[in-house]
Amino acid sequence: MKSAPRPFFRNRDQMIPGRPAPVTQVGVLGWLRTNLFSSWFNTLLTVAALVLLWRIVPPLLGWTVFNADFSGETGEECTAAGACWAWVDQRINQFLYGFYPPRAYWRVNVALLLLIPAVAYVLFDKLPYAKYGRWYSLSYPVIAAILLIGGFGIERVPTDQFGGFMLNLVAGLAGIALSLPIGILLALGRRAKLPVVRYASVIFIEVVRGVPLITLLFVAIIILELFLPPRVSLAQLVRVMVMITAFSSAYMSEVIRGGLQSIPSGQDEAAQAMGLSYWKKMRLVILPQALKISIPGIVNTFIGLFKDTTLVVTIGLFDILGQARLLQTNPDWIGKVDHETFLLAALFFFVICFSMSRYSINLERRLDTTRR
Amino acid sequence: MRTTNWAKGAVMALAIAMAGVSAHAGTLEDVQSAGVLKCGINTGLAGFAYTDDMGTWTGFDVAYCRAVAAAVLGDPDAIEFVVLTGKTRFPALQAGEIDVLARNTTWTLSRDVDLGLTFVGVNYYDGQGFIGRKALGVMSATELDGASVCIQTGTTTELNLADFFRTNNMEYEPVPIETNAEARAAYEADRCDVYTTDASGLAATKATFDDPDAHIVYPEVISKEPLGPLVRHGDDQWADIARWVLNALIIAEELGVTQGNVERLAGGTDHPEINRMLGSEGSYGEMLGLASDWAVHAIKAEGNYAEIFDRYIGPDTRLGLQRGLNALYKDGGILYAPPFR
Amino acid sequence: MGGPSRGVILQLLLVLAVALFFAFVVANTKANLERAGLSAGYGFLWDTSAFDINQRLISYDSTNTYGRAFIVGGLNTVLVASMGVIAATIIGFLAGILRLSPNFLISRIVTVYVEFTRNVPLLLQIIFWWVILLALPRVRDSIQVGAFYLNNRGVRMPAPVFEQGSVVLLIGLVVGVVATILVARWARARQDATGHKFPVGWTGLGLVVGLPLVLFLITGRPIGLDLPEMGRFNLQGGFNITPELVALWLALSTYTGSFISEIVRGGILSVNKGQTEAAGALGLPSGLTLRKVILPQAMRAIVPPLTSQYLNLTKNSSLAVAIGYQDLVSIGDTILNQSGQALEVISIYMVTYLSLSLLTSTFMNWYNGRIALVER
Repeated sequence: MKSAPRPFFRNRDQMIPGRPAPVTQVGVLGWLRTNLFSSWFNTLLTVAALVLLWRIVPPLLGWTVFNADFSGETGEECTAAGACWAWVDQRINQFLYGFYPPRAYWRVNVALLLLIPAVAYVLFDKLPYAKYGRWYSLSYPVIAAILLIGGFGIERVPTDQFGGFMLNLVAGLAGIALSLPIGILLALGRRAKLPVVRYASVIFIEVVRGVPLITLLFVAIIILELFLPPRVSLAQLVRVMVMITAFSSAYMSEVIRGGLQSIPSGQDEAAQAMGLSYWKKMRLVILPQALKISIPGIVNTFIGLFKDTTLVVTIGLFDILGQARLLQTNPDWIGKVDHETFLLAALFFFVICFSMSRYSINLERRLDTTRR
Repeated sequence: MRTTNWAKGAVMALAIAMAGVSAHAGTLEDVQSAGVLKCGINTGLAGFAYTDDMGTWTGFDVAYCRAVAAAVLGDPDAIEFVVLTGKTRFPALQAGEIDVLARNTTWTLSRDVDLGLTFVGVNYYDGQGFIGRKALGVMSATELDGASVCIQTGTTTELNLADFFRTNNMEYEPVPIETNAEARAAYEADRCDVYTTDASGLAATKATFDDPDAHIVYPEVISKEPLGPLVRHGDDQWADIARWVLNALIIAEELGVTQGNVERLAGGTDHPEINRMLGSEGSYGEMLGLASDWAVHAIKAEGNYAEIFDRYIGPDTRLGLQRGLNALYKDGGILYAPPFR
Repeated sequence: MGGPSRGVILQLLLVLAVALFFAFVVANTKANLERAGLSAGYGFLWDTSAFDINQRLISYDSTNTYGRAFIVGGLNTVLVASMGVIAATIIGFLAGILRLSPNFLISRIVTVYVEFTRNVPLLLQIIFWWVILLALPRVRDSIQVGAFYLNNRGVRMPAPVFEQGSVVLLIGLVVGVVATILVARWARARQDATGHKFPVGWTGLGLVVGLPLVLFLITGRPIGLDLPEMGRFNLQGGFNITPELVALWLALSTYTGSFISEIVRGGILSVNKGQTEAAGALGLPSGLTLRKVILPQAMRAIVPPLTSQYLNLTKNSSLAVAIGYQDLVSIGDTILNQSGQALEVISIYMVTYLSLSLLTSTFMNWYNGRIALVER
């Protein structure tokens, strides 16, 4: 019997102590090397990026913060060295609430607070009292409308006093909420076997998606009145809402159609085999699944719509941009706050849209894992 | 197309709901039954229509709205302001969305005739001019061949500008911008050599520059811009009311009736025209379909023409406008209201 | 769905409802127009416009008609939209790829760019770029590079003046382009057959640039240059690109570019990682792997959503009105204001944008069909 092959290692009495990795591979230096200076091209990019940052960040901070003026009664008291933020103190309420009467600001705040559980019950399954929660979510639009407009014993506030950031929120949220049912119907219509229903849906969706929102808003403000019977008049905001809803339901229907398409046909066939009618099949089997898949798309549609609500400024409504422009024409502030007002508005939008888009990405990931 | 079903339903429901509110009647009855005057104003024009710290509308044009509301309803605050852009103002008035438009609108033939509107008078005589930097060394607008001109879009100023350069056989680059604030910013950044707008706007704009003395308003006024309130065509009674509220404010200045003394004078004076205007003599209010003390309310709202002018756009304001053409005829201007008789 | 009879009844009802709705609207509109004493119709398009336009691709002055002004505006819309589509695609692909870059700093900067542009209303971004451009040097202190001048009134550059005989050059250019396409086809066929590569890029450059250049010299330089010169107020002569066009173009392309970058990133990530590894095993350098292996496969996921981004960009160009770039809507607004023909002007907007959308999606569907066919 041959002896076993000699192992290529030797026994040792003691272990060689572990050596630290080379300094160029670990720690700050290693991180820098792999992430920033791995090749000459990468180094070039890094240097270019650093120069860019150096050119942009310090002057921007200087203008917006360090050299800025934060107090004063009129634009006269602002120096030219930096931004003029003195107006924020006296005007922030108009930026947020528009012409809404200050004594009723609480109603807007309450409506906003009540929105949180209403949305939560739509998005999450495992909340306490989910059954009642759904009903609450469904009735929230009515509650919010009564809170904001008044009636039923609450002082009435005409819709032309809505303004500022609140107007953007109301237009965006109401647009999405109203467009959801219409979008579902349009999406079903587009997939229907009945040719008239199908073509009608397709024409509506494609026409509305094919024109800029700004032209639809012109329709709302300039010619919708012509379509109504003589001496019938709708409030500007109502007309604008009609067009925004039409606009977003076309987009919504496409998102939902995507959701419907991703449901395997086995579901459809199984539901038919059970003898369910069309509407029962949709309500109990297809739509719950399709809508769940569509949620990230719906959130993205909302972000888009929410940003687009700023277009109402072009037709003379006073959303947050309208308030900014209004302040720019105020004799006390003229010529001093042109950039500052817009910058603040941009910040508002960024904070809200950014957090929502993070949420939607997060949601997309979660939905993805459950399906695979 | 399910939406049409839905939209139709909604429209029908609203139509039915609203039909009761607005029966077939004149504008005056509509306003009185609604208890509120719907007045169309500018989206924001320094001095003429802007909001204060509380978000309340105020300004030269707004003051006229308040006077009309006071005359018709007895309450200067019974107003719903409908804010209108350059392109939404006429459709809004045509469609009956507003009762009166007080939005620095130039009185022209085509607007008066073709657009179905009726101008009721002039509350500010303006004219289009140019402002430029002194450093350019230009002393007259006729030397502007080859210049870039900043201009606000969608107004008669665009047409006047084209006419002016064409008749003087000059070339130019128009830089049309939607809002006054941005047009002003563009001029200040030297995007254009000159900025053109109504003279009132030029003075206001000049006053807001960091160094007003570095700019010069050229002597040429290239157009007539009689700015005034207007109403829909076809309701003469309402047009008369709108016209005579304006006239009352002007005559009040002429006769020395002010916000402060109007109530005292309303008790009766030895000046017959004041008495006729304020309702202690004759029945001029009834002729218009208003209460006899309508003019008292109108003047009490914001004062007479001079008081309104001084408060919002006069020499002591940031705009610092002189009366100029807008002085009374006896002070060298052309403000001349027909008599109360 | 119920039986056919139920379906038929449902559809008849729908047709009836739509017809009633339109009848209702038309009747109301008629009554309202009559009451206001207004006339409807497109006759106003032949009236004199009486205003000027600073940027025009066809000749136009204030003595022309409203109709011609509309065409000028429509062309300006097409111009900024096509410039925007090209730039947005480039920016989008670059940003999408760079965001996956191993360079920490670069990928973070790109992330910040994407997040900021995606989450701030476009209207604000347009104004932002315009303000930035207005901060460029004044016309008297222009940055001059050769005969190119950069200032806050735009970029002014020499304009070619076509003299007699320049048609030959145009023919040369067309011949060069056609020849390049033929060479490229031949080269691909040869590479498929033999594996030998042919330097198509250099040949193409020679044909497209070289051929007209040679002709230019032979025919005695029939193209002159109109050089910009400082006049009393402005640079005169040459060709000027206004800051409004540039601002709108930058805003549209960076805004849409950030959306496209997300699509591109998603497309690249959707390609199986094994593909990269296989390409690496074959010894392809990473640049080539991206170009020849990853992107062609990613394109299948990228193109359909890309189409809707192009459509969005075209529609968003209507925001030009905010900074006074004279596109269709901006000029239409002026016309609306002068003529009062609201219904007609808005219908022209809608028809124009619908046709543009239709054209774009037809083209993109054709392109999508092509790349899908090649792949499968």
